[in-house]
Amino acid sequence: MAEDKGAGAKAFRLANALLLSLLAVAAFYPIFYVLVASVSDPVKLYAASKVLLFPQGFSLAAYKIVFTNSWIWRSYLNTLFYVVAGGALSIFVTLLGGYALSRKYLPGRSVFLVIVTITMFFSGGLIPTFIIVNGLGLTDTVFAMILPSAVSTYNLLVMKTFLQGLPDEMEETSRIDGANDFTILWKVMAPLAAPALAVVSLFYIVSIWNSYIAPTIYLRNRDLFPLQVILREILLSGNTNSTNLNLSVSGGNEDYQAYSDAVKYATIVVATVPILCVYPFLQRYFVKGVMLGAIKG
Amino acid sequence: MESAQAANRSTAAPARLKLRRAIGRYWMLYVLLAPLLLYYVIFCYLPMFGIVIAFQDYRATRGVFGSEWVGFKHFAAFFSSEYLWRTVRNTLSISGLGLVFGFPAPILLALMLNELRGGAFKKTVQTITYIPHFISVVVIVSIVMNFVSTKGLINELLALLGAEPIRYASDPSLFYPVYVISGIWQTIGWDSIIFLAALAGVAPELYEAATIDGAKRLRRIWHVTLPGIAPTIALMLILRMGGIMSVGYEKIILMYNPGIYEKADVISTYVFRRGLSDGQYSFAAAVGLFNSVVNFILLLAADRASKRLGQSGLL
Repeated sequence: MAEDKGAGAKAFRLANALLLSLLAVAAFYPIFYVLVASVSDPVKLYAASKVLLFPQGFSLAAYKIVFTNSWIWRSYLNTLFYVVAGGALSIFVTLLGGYALSRKYLPGRSVFLVIVTITMFFSGGLIPTFIIVNGLGLTDTVFAMILPSAVSTYNLLVMKTFLQGLPDEMEETSRIDGANDFTILWKVMAPLAAPALAVVSLFYIVSIWNSYIAPTIYLRNRDLFPLQVILREILLSGNTNSTNLNLSVSGGNEDYQAYSDAVKYATIVVATVPILCVYPFLQRYFVKGVMLGAIKG
Repeated sequence: MESAQAANRSTAAPARLKLRRAIGRYWMLYVLLAPLLLYYVIFCYLPMFGIVIAFQDYRATRGVFGSEWVGFKHFAAFFSSEYLWRTVRNTLSISGLGLVFGFPAPILLALMLNELRGGAFKKTVQTITYIPHFISVVVIVSIVMNFVSTKGLINELLALLGAEPIRYASDPSLFYPVYVISGIWQTIGWDSIIFLAALAGVAPELYEAATIDGAKRLRRIWHVTLPGIAPTIALMLILRMGGIMSVGYEKIILMYNPGIYEKADVISTYVFRRGLSDGQYSFAAAVGLFNSVVNFILLLAADRASKRLGQSGLL
């Protein structure tokens, strides 16, 4: 970009950087707040000002409570299972279907694309979907967490558009060598589609990790609850009884409240850090993912 | 491949033979496609068929085929209830505020980021503003509720300024600002990506020409940068207009309570409550269908508008 010099331009750049810094601080403060609060001494934190800049004392007591709670552990493992099994299925179906739909010579392709695209604009809605899933007997099974949202049309179109953009020669050369569609997809296309696979995987994983509506609607059995449902109980309903959080502290009601608050912060950190660790590695693919999804047909 | 297809088309083979030949030749691709189509049929199209329960008194024991047909009874009930006005007004208010404040926010962020010369600072700001997009709505809402609670951060800051404390849980007028501002926090970074990509596509020569002409920074942004990304802005705006009657329930059902339903209850949350909490499937499905139909009409209108503006359209 052209560099213009002079006092005006300098002032502009300074003001811009300052505003952006303020914005970044404001956006990051809530996250910082939770981190700092989670390692603070619960009783000191409770008494302290809510405008937190530093940890109030230092204590991992809240984490100890979180890590020794069997409901949190169990739901954590459930979520990991849903992410691995559901994510694998989603990526598999999306890659296979996306590849087939990306082949322009496939007879019937335009019909299939219409079938897929309509669902972006019109759906059965909450209640009919619930009735179908219920009618299929998926309620209260792990499949309720995996199947109803297995494919995201957005992700499918990202995959399709990416594969469509790969040069035709790749396929033609392999075909001359005698490869069939399965081998072409597996040996040639899938490795080339690594960036699209990365983005789509991330989108699927984040959405399964963060999903709380499906389990709320479809699961009654607490043993199947994913992390987000337990989180909701702890964080928003203030319901620590059903999760058996061991908040038995020596002090009175105030101390109980203090520990209950601290546990909330620690729970947020434990539930959020893993997903935030994944994303910086994939950040360079974001633009591609967003742009591919925005292109139609 | 293309020529083979063309040849296929030119031979006046009967349709069945053509189909058989296509399957014979491309069966592997159809096998790859099968799981996907199965998914769409079961989890997208069966529920669409299930919408018929909106015209029935659906009983789970009788199923879709055995339940009694009642025509537009549930629609009439909704249209004559006070909830129609309340939920439609709240839905439009939240969308409208989102349009006025939430829509320009990522564009401004993208413009500001675009003025930086790259480097670590730009990357840090981007990374930070993307973070909330990856945090679950349960966690987002719990942080927001913590901040606006009676003894929370916001009230302490207000006290420092000598202002009256807020009471989120019982004051309906606070719902819109809290919902919209937290929404901007959640989406500003992620939504800026598409505008940043558009900005990267603005020809550098245009900037140089403008600089040589002595155009000042802000004027240059106004006359060169904004027109350069105007098509993207128009497209996103139209998409947003098409979705003006759809406000999701995921975040709101975590944020509201009966004390603030007056402002916070939207169509989707009403469907959620009546359908899943009260078990009135048919009534809730009717309200949901009404919403879907309105959404679809708005989308068609948006598509029209997009084409009129010389864009390729959405559909």
